[in-house]
Amino acid sequence: MTAECTFKSKDLLGIKELSKDEIALILDTASGFRDVLRRDIKKVPALRGKTAVNLFFEPSTRTRTSFELAEKRLSLDVLNLSVTTSSVVKGETLMDTALNVQALGADFMVIRHPSSGVPHLLSGNIKASVINAGDGTNEHPTQALLDAFTIMEKKGRIEGLRVAIVGDILHSRVAKSNIYLLTKFGAEVRLIGPPTLVPKRLEQLGVKTFYDMETGLKDADVIMMLRIQMERQDRGFFPSTLEYSRYWGLNMERLSLADKEAIVMHPGPMNRGLEIASDVADGPRSVILEQVTNGIAVRMAVMYLLGGVRG
Amino acid sequence: MTILIRKGHIIDPSQGIDGIGEILIEDGKIIEIILEAKRGKGQRAKGKERDSELRTVDASGLYVLPGLVDMHTHLREPGYEYKETIKSGTGAAVRGGFTTVCAMPNTNPVNDNSSVTEFIIRKAVQEGSCAVYPIGAITKLQKGEELAEIGIMCDEGCVAFSDDGRPVMNSELMKKALEYSKIFNVPIISHCEDRDLSEGGVMNSGLLSITLGLRGIPPEAEEVMVARDIALAGLTRGRLHIAHVSTEGSVRLIRLAKEAGIAVTAETCPHYFSITEAAVKGYNTNAKVNPPLRTEKDVEAIKDGLKDGIIDAIATDHAPHHRDDKLQEFDKAPFGISGIETALSLSLKLVHNGILSLSRLVEKMTLNPSTILRIDKGTLKVGADADIVIIDMKRQFRVEPDKFVSKGKNTPFEGRVLKGMPVLTICKGRVFDIA
Repeated sequence: MTAECTFKSKDLLGIKELSKDEIALILDTASGFRDVLRRDIKKVPALRGKTAVNLFFEPSTRTRTSFELAEKRLSLDVLNLSVTTSSVVKGETLMDTALNVQALGADFMVIRHPSSGVPHLLSGNIKASVINAGDGTNEHPTQALLDAFTIMEKKGRIEGLRVAIVGDILHSRVAKSNIYLLTKFGAEVRLIGPPTLVPKRLEQLGVKTFYDMETGLKDADVIMMLRIQMERQDRGFFPSTLEYSRYWGLNMERLSLADKEAIVMHPGPMNRGLEIASDVADGPRSVILEQVTNGIAVRMAVMYLLGGVRG
Repeated sequence: MTILIRKGHIIDPSQGIDGIGEILIEDGKIIEIILEAKRGKGQRAKGKERDSELRTVDASGLYVLPGLVDMHTHLREPGYEYKETIKSGTGAAVRGGFTTVCAMPNTNPVNDNSSVTEFIIRKAVQEGSCAVYPIGAITKLQKGEELAEIGIMCDEGCVAFSDDGRPVMNSELMKKALEYSKIFNVPIISHCEDRDLSEGGVMNSGLLSITLGLRGIPPEAEEVMVARDIALAGLTRGRLHIAHVSTEGSVRLIRLAKEAGIAVTAETCPHYFSITEAAVKGYNTNAKVNPPLRTEKDVEAIKDGLKDGIIDAIATDHAPHHRDDKLQEFDKAPFGISGIETALSLSLKLVHNGILSLSRLVEKMTLNPSTILRIDKGTLKVGADADIVIIDMKRQFRVEPDKFVSKGKNTPFEGRVLKGMPVLTICKGRVFDIA
């Protein structure tokens, strides 16, 4: 951790755009906020008087509430805008919506959108700090940051760890952000799933791909399960959820192939009995709920640091 | 009015001319062309003394070419006048050195009947700066369901047929189109794209599309249809022209077809031999085009195809869009590049880099498209329309979309410094000073 390291950008667009030092700074800062969250009074006045707008064009419970809580803990004024109640349904363009939000005085714009690249589009056209809360199938940077924070907490390091990511890699922004982060920090990343969802060409990013759990999970230190995205099922990437579950579902037997101390992660929401068996999700190796708690600290850290850039 | 172009280096592939000379124009026609190498001492173009309204153009140090012919232009009128009009689009064409453009039918209403054809032709005569030849739709409403009135549209002035942007997926219908159009001796221009393979795609598929999180269009979406259409052309003996070739595989397939003697011609566009998918990085919607920008190896294959004569023509696929249309989510932004004002300069790079001689390049931008479309354009023959472009091969300029005559400022080449540009365009004797 270098104390001199500061953020270059006013925005958090993706892990791709961050340097290793910047990521380390976020994780280090999050550690301080994690302590704050353990206190009786969980609020700090760091960003009092500033305004955050959570602009969600896609349904989300976990990420939106996590951001909202992080904002409130930083004493920000918070406005939640979701697509169903906004004028988008009346035909307003994305840019107009964003410019209107800016005119309301937003200092932070936390955006989730089904189209990849929307945070990048806003970033160049508005003055507020844009924070990517998930864009299409591109990135979900704060998820990867909270995953890294959780791994650090449990394993003390990332370098040299064997991390298996299982599921729909092609369409998973969580997987993408994690791949970028974990490879930057020197982890051995293994992607596991059906060939239709785990393109071989991803190996050019410095990861390994596997089609079967039995080889992919061997001696893994971390297992990240991804949600089967039912909304993509109509495009027929695999024949049925039953078949998927048989080959790529995580159960106790498969978990036993991993390292004895392996941890199991899931970004949620889970499909119990499909990609993950209940006894695994609720078992001693699972850190799924800790991920949720850590998410608040990491998001506080991101906004705190971006607030510093804005001055 | 009489115009005399003097001292320029004339290149006209239709007559095999490549040398310094003079061209005399009267009443919008070329009436004389005299090459320095052939003329007797002191002989000058004969019209020179007799007309008081003589304009002399000194073209020393410049090249004098037949006006360029673009066989693939979107003029957007009728229906999308906020993107482009026949007036602004032909104005842009002239600025780019083009004297003939072919208007694609995906307007609103679609040019799938003779009233729309007639409207475009009339509007072009009234307001256009250069010649406009309409291309009709192959199928009604470009829906790919039933043939449009190809014959009647031919009678009205359509020179080719295409469902550009909306490929004919039904192979049986495509076969009928190739078969039926034979009697009118017009080419069927195929936008080759298997819509099942390209469904939802917005850029080339590959590692970059995955890491940007954008849905990809594989090269095979184009190649599957190139192969299909070649097979159908072989079967029907119809005239097939493949639009905007973008992949290595397509070049290979067209090469095979030509070797087998199948009547197929092909075009590509400057962006497919100038830039790659990397231009999309940062979600630049101005680099969103269909077919998508591909990879380095495709760019090289396209250049080889041009060099070997596999690709007959360079067209612009000029597709102007309004700023608001492009300032959107990458997924939502429409496909297309406003390309008619940069096409010549980008193509001249092929000459600067020794891939094509200037004469071969000019052939691909004048004579070949005219031959494919069977129109009397792209030549400096005596008696032909005085459609001429004078270019300065050495002059450099920076691409500034705000200075485009086209309403569409959507170019991925903004800020690029290009070498070689038109300085004067003449359309049927009308002179446009460009720079």
